[in-house]
Amino acid sequence: MAAGLKLEKTHKHPTLHLAGETLVLDLCGGLWLPEHRTLIVSDLHLEKGSSYAARSGQFLPPYDTRETLACLHEAVARHEPARVVALGDSFHDARGPERMEPGDRAMVAALQDGRDWVWIAGNHDAAISQGVGGRYADALTLGGLVLRHEPSPGDAPGEIAGHLHPCGKVAMRGRAVRRRCFVTDGSRVVMPAFGAYAGGLNVRDRAIEGLFPKGFTAHLLGDGRVFAIGRAQLARD
Amino acid sequence: MAPTGAGKTLAGFLPSLVELSERGRQKLVPKGLHTLYVSPLKALAVDIARNLDAPIAEMALPVRVETRTGDTPAHKRTRQISRPPDILLTTPEQLALLIAHREAAAFFAGLRCVILDELHALVTSKRGDLLSLALARLHRLSPGLSAIGLSATVREPDELRKYLVPQGPLPPPPSAGEGIPRSRGGEGNPASGTGESLHGSRAMSCSVAPPSRAGLAAGPPSPAEGGGKTAAPMADLVTVAGGARADLRMLDLGRALPISGHTAWHSMPAIYALIKDHRTTLVFVNTRLQAEYTFQELWRLNEDALPIAIHHGSLDAQQRRRVEAAMAAGQLRAIVCTATLDLGIDWGDVDLVVNVGAPKGASRIMQRIGRANHRMDEPSKAYLVPGNRFEMLECQAALDAVEEAAQDTPDARRGALDVLAQHVLGMACADAFDPLDLYDEIVSATPYAGLTWESFEQVIDYVATGGYALRAYERFAKILRGPDGLWRVRDARTAQAYRMNVGTIVEAARVRVRLGRSLRGKPGTVLPKSGRVLGEIEDEFAETLTVGDTFLFAGETLRFEGLAEDECLVTRAPPGTDPAIPSYAGAKFPLSTFLAARVRALIADPSEWDRLPEQIGAYLLQQRRRSVLPGEQDLLVETFPRGKRHYLTAFPFEGRLAHQTLGMLLTRRLERDGLRPLGFAANDYGIAIWTTRDVSERAALDPDFIGDLFAVDMLGDDLEAWLDESAMMKRTFRQCAVIAGLIERHHPGLKKSGRQVTISTDLIYDVLRKHQPDHLLLRAARQDAATGLLDVRRLGMMLERIRGRITYRSLDRVSPLSVSVMLEIGRERVYGEGADEILAEAEAELLQEALS
Repeated sequence: MAAGLKLEKTHKHPTLHLAGETLVLDLCGGLWLPEHRTLIVSDLHLEKGSSYAARSGQFLPPYDTRETLACLHEAVARHEPARVVALGDSFHDARGPERMEPGDRAMVAALQDGRDWVWIAGNHDAAISQGVGGRYADALTLGGLVLRHEPSPGDAPGEIAGHLHPCGKVAMRGRAVRRRCFVTDGSRVVMPAFGAYAGGLNVRDRAIEGLFPKGFTAHLLGDGRVFAIGRAQLARD
Repeated sequence: MAPTGAGKTLAGFLPSLVELSERGRQKLVPKGLHTLYVSPLKALAVDIARNLDAPIAEMALPVRVETRTGDTPAHKRTRQISRPPDILLTTPEQLALLIAHREAAAFFAGLRCVILDELHALVTSKRGDLLSLALARLHRLSPGLSAIGLSATVREPDELRKYLVPQGPLPPPPSAGEGIPRSRGGEGNPASGTGESLHGSRAMSCSVAPPSRAGLAAGPPSPAEGGGKTAAPMADLVTVAGGARADLRMLDLGRALPISGHTAWHSMPAIYALIKDHRTTLVFVNTRLQAEYTFQELWRLNEDALPIAIHHGSLDAQQRRRVEAAMAAGQLRAIVCTATLDLGIDWGDVDLVVNVGAPKGASRIMQRIGRANHRMDEPSKAYLVPGNRFEMLECQAALDAVEEAAQDTPDARRGALDVLAQHVLGMACADAFDPLDLYDEIVSATPYAGLTWESFEQVIDYVATGGYALRAYERFAKILRGPDGLWRVRDARTAQAYRMNVGTIVEAARVRVRLGRSLRGKPGTVLPKSGRVLGEIEDEFAETLTVGDTFLFAGETLRFEGLAEDECLVTRAPPGTDPAIPSYAGAKFPLSTFLAARVRALIADPSEWDRLPEQIGAYLLQQRRRSVLPGEQDLLVETFPRGKRHYLTAFPFEGRLAHQTLGMLLTRRLERDGLRPLGFAANDYGIAIWTTRDVSERAALDPDFIGDLFAVDMLGDDLEAWLDESAMMKRTFRQCAVIAGLIERHHPGLKKSGRQVTISTDLIYDVLRKHQPDHLLLRAARQDAATGLLDVRRLGMMLERIRGRITYRSLDRVSPLSVSVMLEIGRERVYGEGADEILAEAEAELLQEALS
């Protein structure tokens, strides 16, 4: 039997049980913990567009931050969480907050208003420790769950991490569909990147497969719902 | 303008050689670059240099000829600027770099003549846009410059004649200051010479035939020709009448051809026999897959071990050079090739051309025929080999067109905005520019004659800071306007990035195909890096492969073993393995509008059938008995049940690209009407859509249903909605983004591996169309979509044509005509299948596994 498959039924937002906690895989790419009224999003990579302009003179459309925040706003409006956890790499680089447009900054403040907001440190944004509201942490424990940016090597029951931007690819009849996904073996979860400009790493890459020696299921974000795909159906890039 | 093989290239150099030989003997005349020659192919420039060297040496002319291509070493480039040759041979991309050079104004100041070779092939693409802008700059840097265009016969020579001369007054050369008067004459350009001087200020589109034969007709002087009201300035025209009539036939095997398929497998023994009977044969095919297949089949038959080679764009460059060299040395009996050999290199000894598959266009087929017997007085000998019954119709239409010398070259282009953006940055790299002067210069180029000032300003804004409504990048601006009103490039790094990314040819991202060795002891283990590189395949194709898939490439059946470090690792499949992956498109040309109309006319008129092979007549008669044959201007729509599904077929004859777009739009409409379409397939002649519910039932209830289904308004919201998510639109956008420099292919100071550095243009597209749908690059992509991968314009023309002219038949079973397109199902990719359907299918397999 496929590892990590504890689906109750095919559902727009399927539910997982992990370390005694209930996790709803939201179609937007966030993780909703109803018992903790907590929404987790990973790898927002805010201001990635402007970082390209600053570093290399490639003027990517400067709308990625507002696009990412708009998606986050939609999920927040739906769940009304008491707490939002941004699981690291929330900004593409340490100077991201400085470059943020006033409108986008106000949007962040509005999202933070009335709820606990936790910025987990990632590798891109570890140097940021103030200036965009909320509180800062390296990791967070919620019940049986540990929330951190980079997945730890070896066994890590109850760990929820990001960092790797997993994507799954299904190739069939001459067509390939590549989507962001959650990856889980029933013991730990790696979350998809949430940011509008965040790229993806194929789940069949060693960096991801290595975390799941007993196999895994990828939950791909489709157009209308989340799809559970077994490793056998997932193609390499 | 002259037919292929008339010797126009060398003729184009004659005036320059005459003038240069005089100049060389005069001591006090300033030396410098006199003549610039631009060819679409690097190899052609090198070839011409060789051909020029001989007569120059023979006549001991004091003329120095050099080439400048991507292969020219840096020290030679530097020397060419400081000590220019008399004649420089180059490509459009290298010319773009030259005019963006800081020394460009001095370098080109004395230029007298520019020769544009194979102009008919250049002007139909973005490279032609880029070249037109460079030409405008040359006209400005060197007032009085002669531009000579060399072209095969085209449908609208006036388009080329306009292309060569400025369409409006030009400002004086930038920072040239003294001595050169502004030449804003009342009409056209200042004229310093008349008919007898080849170097009058008017450019000439000329080609000169060998004087002893072929009527040389000088066109009437520009610009007043034909009494046109607008009288755009035009170059003079010299036409060389056609040489010996081509000996062109359709290969008739005297047996029935299949209804579908393009491989022409049945004709391979006959083709092999033709190769045996001739000295050297060029076998043209339409796609790389077809090239691979034909090559393999010919070798299967090759009992005499004739030297037969293969040549197409995906093969390793070294291998291609080897084939070309062997061909030039007369060592080959045949080459199987794609469009890569369509253009001008003189192979000399070719005495037969075989075109396998549908001709697709009359002008294309004439070019290809011209590759045989590159001499005017001997007839070119060629065979058209149809792959199926429809292709027989198409071959007949092409034979008729060649007989009448009717051309179907595409319409003149509207200059692309992404190309313009690239050019504007280049001009800032050359020197500070005044926007008003640059605008005048740009609109003097024919493709950009209609450019509005507002659009030009948007392009400047785009180049400077990305052109976003959200002014986020002001402080990073690439070009800056100084207090003197002139725009300057920001810094040397920006100029370097420009130079590294110049050009309009955006290759699809490719991966190298490397032959690995499988370990005998351990099946399934492949030693990477062990074998040689066979060539490159598109990422998109590699994406769809899974380990174990077999496909034809470089003349062999290969087994896909996986991707390793950006290389596609393959092994040789065991002998006798049939390639499993059918569709490796390479280049696919859509059927030209012109040939399509002729095919429709052939079908509509039974009195014409006598001229067709018997089996076609019989096939069409059967269609008339079982359903109906559409009139010349009509659209036939048929519905019929088959298996558990209901089918709708239609035959617009507008080419695969337009049909794919039509299929997407019809699927959307049928979906909305609740008929539950499942998918569709398209070929050059028609489309088939299959649905869960019965379309004919609906059509019986509502007599307007079919007409409404094909109503022109499908090009409105449905098209917009589809474009937004279309993969082809995203590919189009990517090309615009790369050409316009939004994404840099190569980046100063970074390693070349583009994959890690660049960000997915699909993500950019999604964000941009949501937040600034009128952005310059989206406009550029839409303009491309009208004629490019989506062929929306042609679809629109078709919908107008068939309004009120739909012939609808509800049938009990599939008709002979419909069989042809039904056979595409399974052979071609099926469109209209959403991502979620594919994901759901993969998910179902997991659930099954879980339950078992």
